Amino acid sequence: MMVTLSHYLTLSALLFTISIAGIFLNRKNVIVLLMCVELLLLAVNFNFIAFSRYLDDPAGQVFVFFILTVAAAESAIGLAILVVLFRSRRSINVQELDVLKG
Amino acid sequence: MASALSTDLLTAWPEIILAVGLCLVLVVDIFLKDSYRDVTYLLSIFLLAGIAWSLLGAGAGGETTLAFGGSYISDPLSRVLKLFAVAAVATVFLYSRPYLRARGLHLGEFYVLGLFALLGILVLASSYSLLVSYLGLELLSLSLYAMVAFNRDSPLAAEAAMKYFVLGAIASGTLLYGMSLVYGVTGSLNIGDLQATIGTAQASSLSLWVGLAFLVAGIAFKFGAVPFHMWAPDVYQGAPTAVTLFVGTAPKLGALALAIRILVEGLPALGDLWQVMLAALAVLSLVLGNVAAIAQANLKRMLAYSTIAHVGFILLGFVAGTPEGIQAALFYTLVYVIMASGSFGFLVLLSSRGEEVETLEDIKGLWQRSPWFALMMVLLMISMIGVPPLAGFYAKWWILSALLETNHVGLAVAALVASVIGAYYYLRVIKMMLFDDGGQAHAGGVPLDVRVVLSVNVLLLLLIGLLPDRLLELCARAAALI
Repeated sequence: MMVTLSHYLTLSALLFTISIAGIFLNRKNVIVLLMCVELLLLAVNFNFIAFSRYLDDPAGQVFVFFILTVAAAESAIGLAILVVLFRSRRSINVQELDVLKG
Repeated sequence: MASALSTDLLTAWPEIILAVGLCLVLVVDIFLKDSYRDVTYLLSIFLLAGIAWSLLGAGAGGETTLAFGGSYISDPLSRVLKLFAVAAVATVFLYSRPYLRARGLHLGEFYVLGLFALLGILVLASSYSLLVSYLGLELLSLSLYAMVAFNRDSPLAAEAAMKYFVLGAIASGTLLYGMSLVYGVTGSLNIGDLQATIGTAQASSLSLWVGLAFLVAGIAFKFGAVPFHMWAPDVYQGAPTAVTLFVGTAPKLGALALAIRILVEGLPALGDLWQVMLAALAVLSLVLGNVAAIAQANLKRMLAYSTIAHVGFILLGFVAGTPEGIQAALFYTLVYVIMASGSFGFLVLLSSRGEEVETLEDIKGLWQRSPWFALMMVLLMISMIGVPPLAGFYAKWWILSALLETNHVGLAVAALVASVIGAYYYLRVIKMMLFDDGGQAHAGGVPLDVRVVLSVNVLLLLLIGLLPDRLLELCARAAALI
């Protein structure tokens, strides 16, 4: 069977859905949220690479390099905020993030 | 070749100065003792003045230059947005210093992160490619996440930062997914190419519609429009007030630039579709923002919901879709930034002795203790309602007239009704300051220079309200070339 563009796009859409579902269903651990965010960006990368190959245009792959770099910075900041959160709260449970509401 | 390079560098000159300058500020700050922290502040202000000067020098001719292979643009729109962003950030720094010092938070990081966020806004304003827009947006967002968590000992700030980070990362992912679909259908990342290549055949492609929906969702998230507004009240309340002041002002200019570049300039072929989407977002924002604000006892949270309502108004300018509509949206955003820096600045200054002033209780009877400050806040609230002698009136007026010209009578009526509901909670603030008793807040000990700047900030609204033509002409020139 030939692997066509639509296969790649379906896989990427699935990854995207899994990561969004993971963010909204997960009630326990903030680290899982960070993993879902990474998965979200990887789903997008998949899309860009598939399109780049299909269109025979390198711009999509260049975009992926930038996304990877930004994702690294993003997880660094996310983990730093996580450390601050744990220091002040002694917990990284998502359900306990409920002081601010209304 | 050499001349192309020099055009590129000249076009991005303000950003290059800022990038080099803020690295210098960062390095100098490391070697300073705590007691010399004001040097960082002064360097930042000088840097901002230098950028404003280079922007004024570059913008005299009103010409449009493309650089870096057509992915970077310098046009009247970008220069107006940049000038306002630089002025807003300088004002924020000025207001924040006494507040931060009273809490032992007067650290170089505040200025350095603020300057990085400003660099992101400048890049967003000049971006003419989806890739550059994404990089500018992330530079802005990542700096803001760190700024919200800036007070490391506050559990509220940590919670707000975590929520902001996760929701903001979803927004970036959504925006990127939309960009990837648009790229897949059109084969181009450049906004000029997108504008030129999307023909009638592609405009009806389902993938492009899905991509557009993701793009609109991502943009709405960054604006804080309902139903993508969940982060705004929590972040505004949880962050230190000085950071709330930052988050509430200059980044709105970046979000506006993002929306204009991608939707109005990049995808005008899909205009009918995104106007419908934005109309729905705008009405929801106006209704929910104004109604939810009534229920708030915390002023920062109330102003967050009021921001959501104002964003609804700004989006209505896009719904009109005409150059007049975009011009009105630009005018509204500029006036909103002035109003927001005044009203959050008011809270920052009242809190500048150490105790937090952030509830309605605190400002009761402020008129008896600090009449001038109370008067400034009254003017700000009146401007936010949109009462004639102040700038807020014209901002709403032009949005509504752009809507009526394009036969969106229903939307205009909805916006009017929502504003009337909104007037209630602004008037309640005025009533509590003037006629109630019992609050503690007063403006003693606020340095003279900051008082003067706050007064200028508020009186600017009065000036724009009395003589709106200059600013309107500026917005018209910026919107005419889109």
